[in-house]
Amino acid sequence: MSVRRIDERPAVKETLPLGRRLGSAGTTIADRFAAYRLTSVLAIAVVIAVVPVFFPSTYYYRVAALVYVFALAALGLNLLMGFAGQVSLGHAGFMGIGAYAVAIGPTHFGLPTWLSLFVGAALSAGVAFLVGRPILRLRGHYLAVATLGFGLLLAIVFSNEAEWTGGPDGMSVRRLVLIGWAVRGSENWYWFSGATFLVGAALALNLIDSPAGRAMRAIHDSETAARVLGIDVARTKLVVFVISAIYASVAGSYLALFNGHITPEVAGFLRSIELVAMVVLGGMGSIAGSLVGAAVLVLLPQVLTFLHEYEHLVLGLILMGVMIFLRNGIVPSIAAALKGRSS
Amino acid sequence: MTILATENLSMRFGGLRALDGVSIAIPERCVFSIIGPNGAGKTTLFNMISGIYTPRDGRVLLAGEDVTGLKPERLARRGLSRTFQNLQIFFRMTAIENVMVGRYRHERTGIIADLIHLPMVGRQNRETRELAQAALNRVGLAAIAEQSAGSLAYGDLKRLEIARALASEPKVLLLDEPAAGCNPVETASLEGVIRDIAAGGVTVVLVEHDMRLVMNVSDRIHVLANGATLAEGSAEEVRTNQAVIEAYLGVHGSRRDSRAVH
Repeated sequence: MSVRRIDERPAVKETLPLGRRLGSAGTTIADRFAAYRLTSVLAIAVVIAVVPVFFPSTYYYRVAALVYVFALAALGLNLLMGFAGQVSLGHAGFMGIGAYAVAIGPTHFGLPTWLSLFVGAALSAGVAFLVGRPILRLRGHYLAVATLGFGLLLAIVFSNEAEWTGGPDGMSVRRLVLIGWAVRGSENWYWFSGATFLVGAALALNLIDSPAGRAMRAIHDSETAARVLGIDVARTKLVVFVISAIYASVAGSYLALFNGHITPEVAGFLRSIELVAMVVLGGMGSIAGSLVGAAVLVLLPQVLTFLHEYEHLVLGLILMGVMIFLRNGIVPSIAAALKGRSS
Repeated sequence: MTILATENLSMRFGGLRALDGVSIAIPERCVFSIIGPNGAGKTTLFNMISGIYTPRDGRVLLAGEDVTGLKPERLARRGLSRTFQNLQIFFRMTAIENVMVGRYRHERTGIIADLIHLPMVGRQNRETRELAQAALNRVGLAAIAEQSAGSLAYGDLKRLEIARALASEPKVLLLDEPAAGCNPVETASLEGVIRDIAAGGVTVVLVEHDMRLVMNVSDRIHVLANGATLAEGSAEEVRTNQAVIEAYLGVHGSRRDSRAVH
């Protein structure tokens, strides 16, 4: 009897435990998608919770925290590149805005650090909005070069405005204090950045299965068809550009707070390329791919240090090899291979 | 009542006059076909009506209102939808997701609600999926809803575009050569689909080369040749119109004509 009542009111159904919904005969496709979202978030949460078991020293917490920070930035860029199909070669610029916001806010304006992080995110969103309007009209290679120019411009500003930013030598960043508790130590930062990445992943998963997310994915394949269905293409691009800028900005703030020191390099050209490489390597349009891509590009240089001067040579060869043999990126290629084997 | 009309519509591409002063009045709730030899200006006309091209001269009226030069997304919100001769499919999505995009203009949640997945987004998603599935059922694609659009056969993709346009609940649906590339069985079932859409109160405007399909489903046929109106009337009137026979259906038959008569 109670089951029938639940079926009559789909809104209640959503609050049922996962297993119950999957098991019931009346499972709809929409439920399956909600379940996919939930299992994805749970899987990432389990990874974050379990991985430290294998850490022999606190140094590993430090590296893993960096992985989550870069994964967050890569995830935002993946929404733009992998889902909406718009490239950005200047995304480190937004990391720079976030990083310098938490450095400059407390030092020059006496703002609390946590508030500076939000100010940085708002600033990044505003800059993305203003820059995105003219730039996102461009397509493909032209958009790539325009965003490249934007990134270079910001890096030069951070480097030249020495009064505010300390110039090329950078500036130190005050500790993050939350309700009287100073966040310090690699272990704390591990949990802090891991939790933030988890939230970022949950938001991204929500977005993908929503009207705005479907509009984003539609313009990737056919702007003409999207427009004919009532989608404002320019606005959709702008929205996803702003969202991805906020992801990068928060990641930049974390990086600055975690390292305690910041230089213009955070917003540099190489950083932007690194972010793009993380997205493509891990898998365009794959949430888990952003985490894997960031992990590979943060961990590999650490692992390869024993090769000394050959480190970069081997790193380059590995990247080329991965792209040749897993051409859709690590996660989508492996997922497709597993699917092919099981069926 | 006239739901869609053009008045003296003209378009030029460089020196080429693609369309020259075409006036058409399409009555509500009918199947209205536009035919003509290749290069007659049919697709150009569609592109102007749906806002992809801006007319050089003339007006487009939708439900009595002047919509000349409105962007496609604005026209979509006023109830005009279309399919494409060269497919415009979202290949990275599943079949049903393609159709769900068609519901976009009816979805009411904002970006913040979407990001944090408020309960209303879940409810709306469920409704969107149900209506998308219903649209797939109507075109005979019920079984392939969860397949990736990239893996579908050509004939199925043609119907997928129709389902996607249908899901947007248009008042007027423009079909640009839906039977092109389809086999005779697919074309025959397409006839049923078009009748079903029209029976649902949607005005269907059809550009098509398959004459059997056109003659079978059309309430009215407008014939274009060289960018200008040649004739208009019922299937029977057009079939027996001397100017049309000479210019287009040509019983004496050049190769192009014989292809068109098929």
